[in-house]
Amino acid sequence: MNQQSATNPSGRIAAQNHFRTLRLGTPFQPRIDALARTRDWYNWAGYRAPHSLWDEELEYFAIRSQAALFDISPMTKYRIEGPDAEALLNRVTLHDVTKLKPGRVHYTAWCDDEGFVLDDGTLFRLSPTRFRLCSQERHLPWLLDSAVGFDVIVEEETEAVAGLALQGPTSFAVLRDAGFAGVERLKIFDLADFPHDGGTISISRTGFTGDLGYELFVPAGKALSLWDRLMTSGELRGIRAIGYTALNRARLEAGLIVANADFTTAEHAIRADRLRMPDEIGLGFMIDLEKGHFNGRRAILEARAKRKLRHVLVGLEIEGNIPAEHAIVYHKKAQEVGLVSAAMWSPMAKRNIAIASLARPYGDTMVEDLWVEIYAMRELQYQKLMKRAKVVARPFIKLDRRTANPPADF
Amino acid sequence: MKAWDAIIIGGGHNGLVNACYLQRAGLEVLVVEKNDWVGGAATSRELTPGFLYSNCSYVCSLFRPEIMRDLELPRFGLQVISYEGGAVFTRDGDYLANYRDHDAHRREFARFSKRDAEAYDRYARDVTRQCRFIQPLLMRTAPDPTSLRPRDLGELLYLGKKFAGLSAEEMALTLRFWTMSISEFLDEYFETEVIKANFALSGIIGTALGPMSPGTAYVLLHHYMGEVDGSVGAWGYARGGMGAVTKALAASFKASGGTIRTGAEVDHVLVRRGKAKGVVLAGGEEIYGKLVVSNADVKRTFLKLVEEKELPDIFLRRVKNFKIRGSSGKVNIALDSLPEFPALPKDSPVYRGDMHFTDSMERMERAYDDWKAGRWSADPFLDMVIPTTLDPTMAPPGKHFMSCFVQYAPPKIGGREWTDADRDGFAESVIAQIAEYSPGFRDRIVHMEVRTPREIEAEVGLTEGNIFQGELTFDQLLFNRPVPGYAQYRSPVGGLYMCGSSTHPGGGVMGAPGRNAAAEILRDLAKSTSHMSPAHDVI
Repeated sequence: MNQQSATNPSGRIAAQNHFRTLRLGTPFQPRIDALARTRDWYNWAGYRAPHSLWDEELEYFAIRSQAALFDISPMTKYRIEGPDAEALLNRVTLHDVTKLKPGRVHYTAWCDDEGFVLDDGTLFRLSPTRFRLCSQERHLPWLLDSAVGFDVIVEEETEAVAGLALQGPTSFAVLRDAGFAGVERLKIFDLADFPHDGGTISISRTGFTGDLGYELFVPAGKALSLWDRLMTSGELRGIRAIGYTALNRARLEAGLIVANADFTTAEHAIRADRLRMPDEIGLGFMIDLEKGHFNGRRAILEARAKRKLRHVLVGLEIEGNIPAEHAIVYHKKAQEVGLVSAAMWSPMAKRNIAIASLARPYGDTMVEDLWVEIYAMRELQYQKLMKRAKVVARPFIKLDRRTANPPADF
Repeated sequence: MKAWDAIIIGGGHNGLVNACYLQRAGLEVLVVEKNDWVGGAATSRELTPGFLYSNCSYVCSLFRPEIMRDLELPRFGLQVISYEGGAVFTRDGDYLANYRDHDAHRREFARFSKRDAEAYDRYARDVTRQCRFIQPLLMRTAPDPTSLRPRDLGELLYLGKKFAGLSAEEMALTLRFWTMSISEFLDEYFETEVIKANFALSGIIGTALGPMSPGTAYVLLHHYMGEVDGSVGAWGYARGGMGAVTKALAASFKASGGTIRTGAEVDHVLVRRGKAKGVVLAGGEEIYGKLVVSNADVKRTFLKLVEEKELPDIFLRRVKNFKIRGSSGKVNIALDSLPEFPALPKDSPVYRGDMHFTDSMERMERAYDDWKAGRWSADPFLDMVIPTTLDPTMAPPGKHFMSCFVQYAPPKIGGREWTDADRDGFAESVIAQIAEYSPGFRDRIVHMEVRTPREIEAEVGLTEGNIFQGELTFDQLLFNRPVPGYAQYRSPVGGLYMCGSSTHPGGGVMGAPGRNAAAEILRDLAKSTSHMSPAHDVI
């Protein structure tokens, strides 16, 4: 195991000035600032990130009709490298990492010893011995502590590596026209290195939109040239930079969950009843009980055997068209059984959709007669609506173009 | 001859809180205070023209908002201002700051250790969980575990239920937290010395224990369970110094018809047939009261103000053995300009927060070693603030008041009393430490008030100058505070009550002991407590 040692005093002292900039810019910030007509910022893990750039609704349609460029640099990134990297990650995460081949990506999650989810994220296998783990929250102590006894380096590389999500039907064409030769060979969840600006970037066919799309990771110093390269080649393909609101809509249609929005991560849950096991937030499918021991395995097995799983995360389809954001879910309009964590009218599905956490057996074996109470504020009055909710499978939309091979050239 | 409904001995914050609640319940209440001013250890005095000092306590967080509201303290001038977290200066010319912004806080810690920077969330979660367990207990009378009265059983059940509501892991953590050392607790989260020292200071303040002594983790919790207007764990300055708290309390008390006599030192409590009948002042004047409430600490109350023959043997022995050891001193400094710290950028918010120079656990523990040997620490631990960076009322524009809480200072020097020369030596250890980080500091000093345990005991009346009226170790908490069997503010002497920090839930400018004592007194008198807000919900 290799720990990051404390920096030397001169480096440390040089870094003092951070207190003057509470919200950092990402390596793409000069370009984003130039496009930010709404100046509508939010704090993403200490970075100044856009809610919207010019119009959140039109930004959403850019994802679904053309190609949308979204800055994912603030996402936490760890480089995990060494002869035991695979073994460590197999111990820490739920999926069987030995089945993740170099050049592949999978969506995964990891738990504490009690089986409660610490976070979900994507694991990129860059080579037989090198991985990149991306997540919402920060986990360096957990990873370093887990790495004791493994021959592996764990390094936080959030600032050193910039990231872009290029999502939408023309995203493949944009990349091909930008000259990333061979990008057409990437199937969903494939990953490959490509030359860029005298260096190398990685491109994976992944994303958070349920659409055809790619994620690009680039050393911070080459970020702007990558942005310009994509924007230039995408000009005739309708490429637009977007903010989080649009992306959040796309991810909800794709049925994807967000840590600390749809569930509370274990290291942040102050109230013990907010902790969630993978089976309680729809991530049970990741659990590979055959692969040997992993963190939380015993607790998960016991919870399954003793039926101690108390919650379930479900997709809901709600009658009408009023979004049910943070609405309470009822059984028979009377008994409170859960809460909606995300909701919207889906333009792609033409349905009123939501993600909700329910107390079992509701949402699990009892799915009839569920209702949501929507408090819609209209001109300083709540219009209270009790609407029928139906448990439905996620994703809410399924786009053939997401997985089509070769990717369509629009 | 007139007999007051209640006589409160001592006009400290708890005495005044108690007096306010009793007066508002319709009692005729007299507060007798030996000094010519009220406030106890929460005072602001002008010892040099133009400068107000927070002479003893200097920052505010624990004072219960329910009390501020019940007693209308804002109407009587109380304002508490949150401040930015401070810093620990390191000996290599750097510092570790505590920023309020979550991400700035992480980036600051990452300058020293990326690992520790990311460990903070887990640490904060665990400490918050423990605070949430304890917070609801602050404004309740601790149950007597030996009693079979329905109330005590009910309270025990409440405690038990709260405890049973914890997961196995939390239960273990709670028990460990209440008994382990702050050093060991921090080792479970952090690896960097200065980061541990940064958190450990809350575990030793006011306590005659070192960071490696068992029991100091709880002391840290005690400093975290306060709030400034709902921001739990935050600390602030009382505008006008900590005397503003007691000034507002005194004004509230008088507005509701209460009477305060200053310059009235109590010589002893008048006891007839095992029942308190009033007090006798130092000059011999007798004042009669139907009941007497002592804001003085448990030792002063029962070893100085009550004759030994009135007290049961075991009670007396336990009072004598109650740990209320002097461990700290105070240096208040008037400055003709803001000191500069070359390590600190001029625009740093740290100037407005609390500053420290003890950058390792070992230095902190060594400072404690000196205390054990009966010396003040050669390399003391300082909790230093400059409230005038946020409060314009305490010094003329451009000039500043600096408060230095200093640890460790033993109650006696090598077994003998403190001398003036000792006091000067103690002050020099403080000034020398500051001057090491702030060149030209000495030249800015206009005036200085130096308070060793000797001065604090003599003026404020705190035994050995212990700021908590008794240490906050697990054996002296809840139903064991101050002594088993007498944790419900009553004493072996009928009609004599305790309301100071020696009682549950302990020290700091919290007001909860004074309030809880009032509730018990009113219960004994079968009077309504409807004017007392219950503790705010912890949700």
